[in-house]
Amino acid sequence: MSRIVAGPFNRVEGDLEITLETGEDKVQRAEVNSPLYRGFERILLGHKPMDALVYTPRICGICSVTQSVASARALADAMGLGMPKNGELCTNLVLASENITDLITHFYLFFMPDFARDTYAGASWFDDIQGRFKATAGSAAAQMLPARADFLHLMGLMAGKWPHTLSLQPGGVAKAIEPKERMRLLAIVAGFKRFLESTLFGDSLTTISQLKSEAELWQWYQQKPWQSSDFRRFLHVAEVQQLHQLGRATDHFLSFGAYGAIDDPMWAAGSYRNGQTSPLEIARIVEDHSHSWMSDSDYPHPPAQGITQPTLDNEAGYSWCKAPRLGQEVVEVGPLARQVVNGHPLMRDMISRHGGNVLSRVVARLLEVAIVVGQMEQWIKQIDPTAPFCHHGEMPAEASGVGLVEAARGALGHWLEVKNGKISNYQIIAPTSWNFSPRDQHEQPGALEQAVVGAPVLSGEKTPVSVQHIVRSFDPCMACTVH
Amino acid sequence: MLNLLWLQSGGCGGCSMSLLNAESPDVLTLFENAGINLLWHPSLSEATGDECIAMLEGILVGDIILDILCIEGSMMTGPMGTGKFHIMGGTGKPMIEWVKALADIARYTVAVGSCAAYGGITAAGANDTDATGLQFDGEMAGGLLGKDFTSQSGDQVVNIAGCPVHPDWVTETLMSIALGEHNDEQLDKFGRPRMYADHLVHHGCSRNEFYEYKASAVDMGDRGCMMENMGCKGTQAHADCNSRPWNGQGSCTNGGYPCINCTAPEFEEPGHSFCQTPKIAGIPVGLPTDMPKAWFVALAQLSKAATPERLKKNAIAEQLIYPPTIHKRKG
Repeated sequence: MSRIVAGPFNRVEGDLEITLETGEDKVQRAEVNSPLYRGFERILLGHKPMDALVYTPRICGICSVTQSVASARALADAMGLGMPKNGELCTNLVLASENITDLITHFYLFFMPDFARDTYAGASWFDDIQGRFKATAGSAAAQMLPARADFLHLMGLMAGKWPHTLSLQPGGVAKAIEPKERMRLLAIVAGFKRFLESTLFGDSLTTISQLKSEAELWQWYQQKPWQSSDFRRFLHVAEVQQLHQLGRATDHFLSFGAYGAIDDPMWAAGSYRNGQTSPLEIARIVEDHSHSWMSDSDYPHPPAQGITQPTLDNEAGYSWCKAPRLGQEVVEVGPLARQVVNGHPLMRDMISRHGGNVLSRVVARLLEVAIVVGQMEQWIKQIDPTAPFCHHGEMPAEASGVGLVEAARGALGHWLEVKNGKISNYQIIAPTSWNFSPRDQHEQPGALEQAVVGAPVLSGEKTPVSVQHIVRSFDPCMACTVH
Repeated sequence: MLNLLWLQSGGCGGCSMSLLNAESPDVLTLFENAGINLLWHPSLSEATGDECIAMLEGILVGDIILDILCIEGSMMTGPMGTGKFHIMGGTGKPMIEWVKALADIARYTVAVGSCAAYGGITAAGANDTDATGLQFDGEMAGGLLGKDFTSQSGDQVVNIAGCPVHPDWVTETLMSIALGEHNDEQLDKFGRPRMYADHLVHHGCSRNEFYEYKASAVDMGDRGCMMENMGCKGTQAHADCNSRPWNGQGSCTNGGYPCINCTAPEFEEPGHSFCQTPKIAGIPVGLPTDMPKAWFVALAQLSKAATPERLKKNAIAEQLIYPPTIHKRKG
């Protein structure tokens, strides 16, 4: 058995270190460490509740809007405030804009470049993939970056800028859309759709979003040469490299439900395991500090009563990340979890065969791109520029609220408590806190820690490429993880 | 070619995400044409783990020349000065030690974003992580590297402040370094490149007509000027956000919310709620830059008295409810 400390992991958001024990050419055990602590939950203490809308997006520069939405929802919950239809539509659009940007950024800049490594120089597909996805030099980034920037014009128009907007408010949005802007939004989405259909998918968004089974996916793949689109390129590599055999975790999935109204999401909230869907039970969520550099490590904490007191004195600690659990269970969150919980036939079929793995996580991500961008056009058309965009309310001196949302990388929750008109507690559980949690008091490893066990280690590898594929298949955001 | 290394510490990564928003041309094309070779960037580079550490060690022993060191995020000096709130992954060494060693040999050192420049958001509240900037701790010169620090070029740290930075602020500053045109004269007294910091956010604000007549917004989302009630600091904030739009056509004020002066040191603790203007005897505490108070009060009273009906009504509405009157040339 030998030990590898792998890091700094890049092409993830933030810093990441993984300690691997390897033997028999495989990973036998893993400990994941989120090595940066900033302490947002403590920064927020004593501030005016509405100022959370300035601080919380700055937890993360890649999930900024999602943090805003979670915070705005927690504030709205505490204020007992609803939002007009336009507010919901615009929130959906801004959220979708960030999520889709993140999903595309992940695929092109964070995930695919690992297949352009010299490790794969002998592979049949290598020349094409290297030319397309080589980090900073491949032809794909040169196409994707301008398309991404053009798509983010939606953010400039609706949110002022990205990242870090204040336009998302508890009662709606601060930016009312004028008739000319509504047309402009349709034009922006149309331009991005063209990029997706011609370059990423090589087919219509509708065709992709209606794939119903793994068999249909592979039939679609075979209709054209694999070099004809970036999705087909990925599927080709996945088939040859058997990516479906890599990175299986718990196969227990959690989603807070996404888009649409809070009480009536477009994608359902809940959890899914062994063919069974369960309703979302917020009250079962706890955070375990037993292997975190946190105080009060001997019992689990419901987030509404959560404590954040960093300490290096916890000798069992190996990460700044707490370990969120659903009851006592380790769950996986992300686009795959969202689609499985909501019952998309393609993703349900894929996990029934091989569970959550590198292939199914990436397919779910791109499937969401196809579904959501199509939906964005509908939301824009439904905006009524003559109707209200924002309701206003007063924050009571004593109140509490919960804000749940789905970030690109999965379930995000904010738990707020207000006393004497100021924030007296604020707890955040981010998607990668779930996926990249350390062990808990029952010594259960987190989802990633489970997913890398069994990953092959090639001779001489110090940062095994298989581990890199698995890590990045979760699209981790370490900035959010510890916050 | 100039070698550029980019490291992140106590921040959100949002300045890197913003950098990727660069357009006409995209950031990779721009670097290539400016003669900037990206040694390593956390979001963009292939090298991970041992490959990255080997590159960093190559710099420290002088095998690789480091022309530009870009740091994003606050310097985490706690707990108790140990830097253990951020041990760089895979290295067992606090990030502040890496930064000190690398800044020592870099030709230019650049703080990207208000966190790296001054401490920023990460230094808000009780700051129990002892987050600070590279060469400033808030408004005070000092920070991690000390007020007398100079890079190998003889220049102080360049503070591209902003939360986040506009991509052009970064690319244009790096281009000026690459062209050999950069020196301390190009910076203001908070170390910000004057190319963008000699402007005010107020310049080009689309709400200027409301400002002229003191027709003020009272709720988030109203169309009026946000200085009087909504905490807007556009008339004091050093940046060109309204004369050089964000993400195509955006800015904070265009997005419906006030400027929070994010390019300034200590913006993270304004001493009042971000979206409420502090006032004394009904007069906003923060007046427009270079405006004498007595004149401001007198002009404000006069312009309030003269506010056209159209602006009064539109100022407190989400939608345009009173379009400009059309004048015919003939009766």
